[in-house]
Amino acid sequence: MTGMSQLDEQRDPLTIAENWQGEGRKVAIATVVETWGSAPRPAGSHLVIDREGNFQGSVSGGCVEGAVVGEAADVIDSGEPRMLEFGVADETAWRVGLSCGGRIRVYVERLG
Amino acid sequence: MDPRLLAELNAERRARRAAILVTDLDDGHARLVREGDTIVGPIAEAVGKAFRTGNSGTVEAEGRRSFLNVHLPRPRLVVIGAVHISQALAPMAGVAGYPLEIIDPRTAFASPERFPEVDLKAEWPEDVLRVRPLDGYTALAAVTHDPKIDDYALKAALDAGCFYVGALGSRKTHAKRVERLQALGASAEQVGRIAAPIGLDIGAASPAEIAVAILAQVIQAFRSRGLETKAGAA
Repeated sequence: MTGMSQLDEQRDPLTIAENWQGEGRKVAIATVVETWGSAPRPAGSHLVIDREGNFQGSVSGGCVEGAVVGEAADVIDSGEPRMLEFGVADETAWRVGLSCGGRIRVYVERLG
Repeated sequence: MDPRLLAELNAERRARRAAILVTDLDDGHARLVREGDTIVGPIAEAVGKAFRTGNSGTVEAEGRRSFLNVHLPRPRLVVIGAVHISQALAPMAGVAGYPLEIIDPRTAFASPERFPEVDLKAEWPEDVLRVRPLDGYTALAAVTHDPKIDDYALKAALDAGCFYVGALGSRKTHAKRVERLQALGASAEQVGRIAAPIGLDIGAASPAEIAVAILAQVIQAFRSRGLETKAGAA
């Protein structure tokens, strides 16, 4: 990579989302919109998911990605965005678990 | 999200231009704000702050929640001169998150042996900057002391609106440099932007300490972007 662009397009979730959409895949974008405590990924981090459950990027250190991917399928089908919350105070969170003890809010929306 | 909006956002990011995607979390509507756009309304202040800090976050205003996702180009630091200071600056800048490139046509200075694993160009700044242009998210530090090498790059940095332009040399050296840059067409306002003597005043003595002073000044300039124009307008 030269010093010019510095967008790592192979791994950049938003570039991948655009490319997937261009290939005709159905795509959802998940974004960390709020964090409390020691959240593993900062606000603005993205996970992009297609209808088959392929995903790129991250919204946590790998703790909640599985749950987000599951929700993304519904969002892709319905077209309705969803706000997800993960954290130690939440019963679901114990199951999917943010082991760091932080809390995050993730916005999931369909592309297109 | 509208795919056209995503394409626009990605185009801005590829072109190394700052942009914020503002998403209304209540109705899902999103819009793109580019740096320099005039924003009115309750989130104007938050938008300005987000461009400065690069921190994304949720903003509540007038009962609506908006998410501001900030996309700033990664800042880069171009150093004119493969000198002792640059040898210390290269690893420090990388650690601090300001990837560094060094340009110096003097091959005895710009040798890979002196600069292992550094993005090094043993060419004239004119030739390098033509293919790798400067921009508002680039800092330029000219440290050769040699007008033949430094001057063109300094003028180019001022014209490109680099967020930081610094030049090594005493006040006397700088006064002569200002005359030369003005002869090249630089305005008084432009030359006023040059940090000279270079570096924050921490009493730096050794080349490594001067490198610290330069890096600190680059960080200060990056984190206060936009503040000076605001103060000027007030």
